[in-house]
Amino acid sequence: MILAQDVSQVGNVALNIVIFSLFVLVTLFFVYRASRTNKTASDYYAAGRSFTGPQNGFAISGDYLSAASFLGIAGAIALYGYDGFLYSIGFLVAWLVALLLVAELLRNTGKFTMGDVLAFRMRQRPVRAAAATSTLVVSFFYLLAQMAGAGGLIALLLQIERTDRVGQSVVIAIVGALMIVYVLVGGMKGTTYVQMIKAVLLILGAGTMFVWTLALFGFNLSALLGEAVASSPENGAAILGPGLQYGATALSRIDFISLALALVLGTAGLPHILMRFYTVPSSKEARRSVVWAIWLIGLFYLFTLVLGYGATALLEPGTITARNQNDAAPLLAFQLGGTVLLAIIAAVAFATILAVVAGLTITASASFAHDVYANVIKRGNFDADAEVKVARITAVVIGALAILGGIAAANVNIAFLVALAFAIAASANLPTILYSLFWKKFNTTGALFSIYGGLIICVGLIIFSPVVSGENSLIFPEADFGWFPLRNPGLVSIPASFLLGVIGTYVGGRHPVDEAKAAEMEVRSLTGAGAEKATVH
Amino acid sequence: MSTTEDRSTGTEYEQVQRSPEFIELRRRLRGFVFPMSAAFLIWYFAYVLLASFAPDFMATPILGSNINIGLIIGLLQFVTTFLIATIYVRFANKHLDPAAQKLRERIEGVSS
Repeated sequence: MILAQDVSQVGNVALNIVIFSLFVLVTLFFVYRASRTNKTASDYYAAGRSFTGPQNGFAISGDYLSAASFLGIAGAIALYGYDGFLYSIGFLVAWLVALLLVAELLRNTGKFTMGDVLAFRMRQRPVRAAAATSTLVVSFFYLLAQMAGAGGLIALLLQIERTDRVGQSVVIAIVGALMIVYVLVGGMKGTTYVQMIKAVLLILGAGTMFVWTLALFGFNLSALLGEAVASSPENGAAILGPGLQYGATALSRIDFISLALALVLGTAGLPHILMRFYTVPSSKEARRSVVWAIWLIGLFYLFTLVLGYGATALLEPGTITARNQNDAAPLLAFQLGGTVLLAIIAAVAFATILAVVAGLTITASASFAHDVYANVIKRGNFDADAEVKVARITAVVIGALAILGGIAAANVNIAFLVALAFAIAASANLPTILYSLFWKKFNTTGALFSIYGGLIICVGLIIFSPVVSGENSLIFPEADFGWFPLRNPGLVSIPASFLLGVIGTYVGGRHPVDEAKAAEMEVRSLTGAGAEKATVH
Repeated sequence: MSTTEDRSTGTEYEQVQRSPEFIELRRRLRGFVFPMSAAFLIWYFAYVLLASFAPDFMATPILGSNINIGLIIGLLQFVTTFLIATIYVRFANKHLDPAAQKLRERIEGVSS
């Protein structure tokens, strides 16, 4: 970690804290204001469905552009060149699945959670329990990834080394506590404001660095790439083409295809993204919000391409290594604008983690309270106030788990953990969502086969993959109980889950389809009749 | 969700589902989103396979600059994503929303 020490020796801790505190104060103000209209379940879970499409577009970007997108992709491009860029393309193209197939129909048929859509015409309790299980698992992996990313940023922002476990743990606990406050006080509305503010700051910050870096090369991308090649004595021109990270063997190429599949199909199955579609008044606004999100996210990934190559070109050769790759963007900020720009970028990166973690926590707590407590345990006979109370308690529990998990997982690679969350979302959630929206015969057994089957196969293959055990693994390098060759399970688990949905549907075919419910769901999904309306305060 | 009222509205939903207007709306929606989804997924996986199995082709420089075919195809993925999103919004505004609104008013006007 010699190089990482260099990182934490640049910058000014006091300035970093001041800038980050400003962000916290501004967001807390909005969260407090939001709390005054936070009364009903619809307010707490869906912000009263009162945000406009563009507002929600910013909030979706803020929810989606995690630390993995900013630090992870810029770092991967700085280290592996072109192969890092492949991540951004998968993360962006995935939004077309959400736009064309999921967002509007989901908004028209659901209320608060993914379980609402699945349970519409199926047996409530088993399907909701399954949906909540997969929501909690996906959110947990995603939360771990974000909290693990916080460790490196703390080293950067506060100059508390990763090796200083006590200092790091204290800061992670403070971050977690702050996130819990956002969620408890502000509900979905407060969380949405935090995400919108963060999205604006992140895009402005990355945009400033993008223009600055290009300006140094006379706005000539080819010149920038040429300098990047000149500054990478080991790889040379290879950084401009694919293959540095994934091209070594036939197996690593197949692994890359597996990753690409999980990325493109995962987004539309991420529970915290799906829940954002309920915060707008209509399906038309849901559509507008996805289109805004596509432009903002696409723009941001174009920035990271230049930031990644810019870090290679402008930093001393050999500065970015596999161990400190997440620091590429902050180090570039220091190179460009000194301590002030570094402080701003580090604070923005921290805000990024905070906003994503808040979004995940409210989603997981909504799923537990709305699907498990209200509909599985109480069988639909519940008091809405009690449900929101359960959601708040769950948020505190999840926040506490995230703090503990973040302390434990402090040194695991962020982009990798996020990719696993995408694989689980694509395996456990997406097939069931698509089948229930587009396939009339799809039934409860099919949904249970697909959700639990996808979940078990996906998590099982991860456990027996080279990631968990074996020589180069992240968790048990001493043991070796792996037999599955790929690092990302998507190539097997996603088709398996689609197939299981079909098999389950035919196995469970003895139960006749509820024609009236099926008709209601299809008509509502396409026309928006009977869809949840915005609340008026 | 499952009150006795759902039964009566359910039958009305079934009537709407059988109406020619609704069948036409569903045909238009699926006629757009299914082929478009197939198209962008094929284009995306063509790109992924090229990057995996034809890295030398992707690394071919263009016009003697440092910009290569792989970068251009990668950026084209961005362009097509923006383009498909724009086309879909225009299509939905023009060909889906008016029909959906008529059906929605018909249902909500009767049942509420």
